[in-house]
Amino acid sequence: MTKEKQKMKITRIKSGTAIDHITPGSALKVFELLDLEFVENNSITIAIRVDSKKMGKKDLLKIEDKFLTPTESAMIALISPEATINIIKSFEVTEKHPVELPEQLTGIFDCSNPNCISNQDREPIESKFQVTNKDPLTVRCLYCDNMMEETQIAHQLIKDR
Amino acid sequence: MPNQFAGADFITIRDKTKDQLEGMMDRAEEMEKYRHNGTDAARGLLMGTLFFEPSTRTRLSFQAAMKRLGGDTIGFPSSEGTSVQKGETLADTLRTVSQYVNIIVMRHPSEGSAKLATELLDIPVINGGDGSANHPTQTLLDLYTIRKELGEVDGHTIALAGDLRYSRTTRSLSRALSNYDVELILNSPSQLRMKKDLLYELKNRGLDPVESDDLEHSLTEADLVYATRIQKERFPNLAEYEKVAHAYEIDRDLLERTGNPLLLHPLPRVTELNTNVDDLENSLFFSQAGNGIPVRMALISSLLDLTVR
Repeated sequence: MTKEKQKMKITRIKSGTAIDHITPGSALKVFELLDLEFVENNSITIAIRVDSKKMGKKDLLKIEDKFLTPTESAMIALISPEATINIIKSFEVTEKHPVELPEQLTGIFDCSNPNCISNQDREPIESKFQVTNKDPLTVRCLYCDNMMEETQIAHQLIKDR
Repeated sequence: MPNQFAGADFITIRDKTKDQLEGMMDRAEEMEKYRHNGTDAARGLLMGTLFFEPSTRTRLSFQAAMKRLGGDTIGFPSSEGTSVQKGETLADTLRTVSQYVNIIVMRHPSEGSAKLATELLDIPVINGGDGSANHPTQTLLDLYTIRKELGEVDGHTIALAGDLRYSRTTRSLSRALSNYDVELILNSPSQLRMKKDLLYELKNRGLDPVESDDLEHSLTEADLVYATRIQKERFPNLAEYEKVAHAYEIDRDLLERTGNPLLLHPLPRVTELNTNVDDLENSLFFSQAGNGIPVRMALISSLLDLTVR
């Protein structure tokens, strides 16, 4: 498929966010994490396994009138560390930056240790993790010291939706 | 030297340096003078002892230590009879008690509970055990006992024996030992081996522990053995527990065959430590428990920044 034809398949938006260079096959996970199924009036475009110069294949997600919070950006970094965020205003990309995994992750997913204080109902507490390694991803719970790896984190992310 | 623990919390051994641990033990040595007759350094000060889980030694020795320093304690030995029974959160209980006291020591079944307390309170918090995660003050008294008996911690072979999977005492102690130049043997039934994340952490901190399920060999190699209870409540069924517990026992015969290494145990013991070892000269577990007093006096007086004389 030519670049021109591929572009035609992806609707332009006036204002919003394009999440580009998503790990192939992960766009639906990003869709789920951002709770986009509950977005009613904005147009959303999902492209899965389209050609990419940089990655060979990539996924892409374009959401009209949506701008990501730092927490949402961190969630994307957890499952698609290569993704880039394009902010679109008046049909133009006004800002472009890679997703960045913060050193600390707060309130994004639950600790996998059921006995961790951060999992106890009604206590005024959010989960908190230190990123101890980025590749492969490992985090340590700052409450109970439990170490979690990529697959456990992905599992918790989806479970918590 | 300025007191770097003044106003601090004591939650985990993970972030403590060898100098800090040795400094605390030096202070504990000074406290030996006041261990039986007391001082009035903490007069008018109150400690809250909040024990949401059972304890004999930790709770009573903290109370004794605070009283020997001239202070007093209020608290509870279990959540029975408190508003926790009515559904009060840990956070609300902590915030309330902190209005009444100068320092809190707490034990709670959830891992990370003491860390939560530090985020909520302005007064020093001491972790008296949180689930199977940490028991840092037990480690201080364990180290103190090792140093007292062997002269120094460095240069010795130490075997941790028993339940290394769920025991918070060996979790904290092994972290502390990673600050020292020691040979560490980890002896356990195969079902109760140390968790991989902790093993990995110890290796990253420069220790290279030897894992074994051969108790006789481990005891022969060790200068000092730190035995722990096989925790019945951790087993999926009673039959499995009985099988492991029956096969794992340190008794007088075994100690004599293996050259009588020094023997520590955080207590309580069940079947892993036969009572026929009690009168052996190297059975140190009761004096080890006693060392909780000077060590906890040292810790409390450091956190409250008291001048003791």
